[in-house]
Amino acid sequence: MGQITLQGVQKSFGPVHIIKGADLDIADGSFVVFVGPSGCGKTTLLRLIAGLEDVSGGKILIDGKNVVDTPPAKRGLSMVFQSYALYPHMSVRGNIGFGLKMVGLPRGEINRKVEAAAATLNLTPYLDRKPRELSGGQRQRVAIGRAIVREPKAFLFDEPLSNLDAALRVQMRIEVTRLQKQLGTTAIYVTHDQVEAMTMADKIVVLNGGKIEQYGSPLELYERPANLFVAGFIGSPKMNFVTGEPAFQKGAATIGVRPEHLKIERDGADGWQGTIAVAEHLGSDTFLYVDAGRLGMLTARYIGELSLHAGDRVSLVPDPARIHRFDESGNALRG
Amino acid sequence: MARMATTRRVAISTATAWLFGFLIFFPILWMGLASFKTELEAFAVPPSFLFFHWTTENYATVQERSDYLHHAINSIIIAGGSTLIALLIAIPAAWSMAFSPTKRTKDILLWMLSTKMMPPVGVLVPIYLIYKSFGLLDSRIGLVFILCLGNLPIVIWMLFTYFKEIPRDILEAARMDGATIGRELVYVLTPMAIPGLASTLLLNLILAWNEAFWTLNLSTSSAAPLTTFIASYSSPEGLFWAKLSAASTLAIAPILVLGWFSQKQLVRGLTFGAVK
Repeated sequence: MGQITLQGVQKSFGPVHIIKGADLDIADGSFVVFVGPSGCGKTTLLRLIAGLEDVSGGKILIDGKNVVDTPPAKRGLSMVFQSYALYPHMSVRGNIGFGLKMVGLPRGEINRKVEAAAATLNLTPYLDRKPRELSGGQRQRVAIGRAIVREPKAFLFDEPLSNLDAALRVQMRIEVTRLQKQLGTTAIYVTHDQVEAMTMADKIVVLNGGKIEQYGSPLELYERPANLFVAGFIGSPKMNFVTGEPAFQKGAATIGVRPEHLKIERDGADGWQGTIAVAEHLGSDTFLYVDAGRLGMLTARYIGELSLHAGDRVSLVPDPARIHRFDESGNALRG
Repeated sequence: MARMATTRRVAISTATAWLFGFLIFFPILWMGLASFKTELEAFAVPPSFLFFHWTTENYATVQERSDYLHHAINSIIIAGGSTLIALLIAIPAAWSMAFSPTKRTKDILLWMLSTKMMPPVGVLVPIYLIYKSFGLLDSRIGLVFILCLGNLPIVIWMLFTYFKEIPRDILEAARMDGATIGRELVYVLTPMAIPGLASTLLLNLILAWNEAFWTLNLSTSSAAPLTTFIASYSSPEGLFWAKLSAASTLAIAPILVLGWFSQKQLVRGLTFGAVK
């Protein structure tokens, strides 16, 4: 079991409020990703759940029990750190088994569990090596091994893949997701990478300035962003925002259209007219950055190859069903 | 062509390094050689480098005239004792400054270091008077105490910079793994800090062994370490170069051997934090 509930959790360092009251319900077995720009408080929130920082207010319930005064080790959680935080003087076996040794399990049982965890993570040949003799990806797996061997109520991941190169990151992303599904253990995963968030999460928590902006499944966030911040943060390339006349016509202060929901026409009369400033041809996609005069720069995405180049005039027609409307304070208008 | 240039450059820099190494080492070599000369040859002009009458009579005279062992034991007690006490105080101090710093930590560190900038002679008279009234003159405890205090800022600084390099994450990982503070210390912190502790200990030992200002001024005979032993050959009956050299060679021999065997640790300790 690993159900985690936050009720009005606050954290301040002196006069600085890092977390301004967070309420959250994380269901047992789900994979929840905290995402947001740097300094939004996502890592702090994770550390509060872990117990590495004390809350300034509110409650953290794990399986219904308030743990704010419980030390980290007694919360039944395990954590994977961004820097891996392996014990440099211990072998892989020692690293993975350290938590079990601290609980006081007999040596035979520790060995059995460590070997099982190592087998799951393809670490068996490296059990007697020291961390410095491993590659980045292997170290990362040792850190994950250390987390799973204790059979915790939940895993906490603090940007675990950000030190890996791009190719390895994609591979580990899949491995972590698969492992979590296989074990069925609740996971909270912190990242600033919205692609990681979209691909790994059952549910995403978007944080900004210490506040939860929206909590929902990846597609909910993509299709129905609650406000301008979420709309701009989720999705790549970023959503286009247009203010002024076109927005007023829709009864909104700002309207947003994703690049993939703009139809590109070479010489149409309707839609938003502009000149291509930069055209990116990726083969699978074509991205156009269009200078649309008073509307500013707009991004359009075409699936497949489109032979348009910088300097060409185009008109962009938004898909009427896919226009997001926002009021003056940036909140989404529904209906 | 490029390779040849590099080989030549390596050869030149190696030769230069050896030259400078030799220049720095030369006084010690000269002292060692002089200790095997007769008094007459020791200050002969022009000096003979290797072709002189080798003799060990200086060592015999030195041992006869003063008790080398007595002074050596004093040196060991004073250097060792002051180092151990300094470490006992410095470890928790550096620990708390590295792992739970406050707003004033930086100021305290700087203030401690600033005390090393004052020439010790500036406080000689008050210290001497205090020692006199407490009966600490010419006592080992007194010397242990003053050397410990004198080196404490450096010891704390060294340990502080060393501890700072230990990533917090690892300590937090240990806490998540269920280690209590005691077990965290035994299983995680100490093994990681041992190289730093070792090099700090060695450097402080050498500093305390070679310290001459306080030991010369605050001791005369019963607590006198090897520095006083050397100094006794330089004054009353004029300079005896050969005997002075023999005494000095004897005095630096133990620390030279220690330094030789631990040079790797020492270099690491001295340059730690400077290069990553």
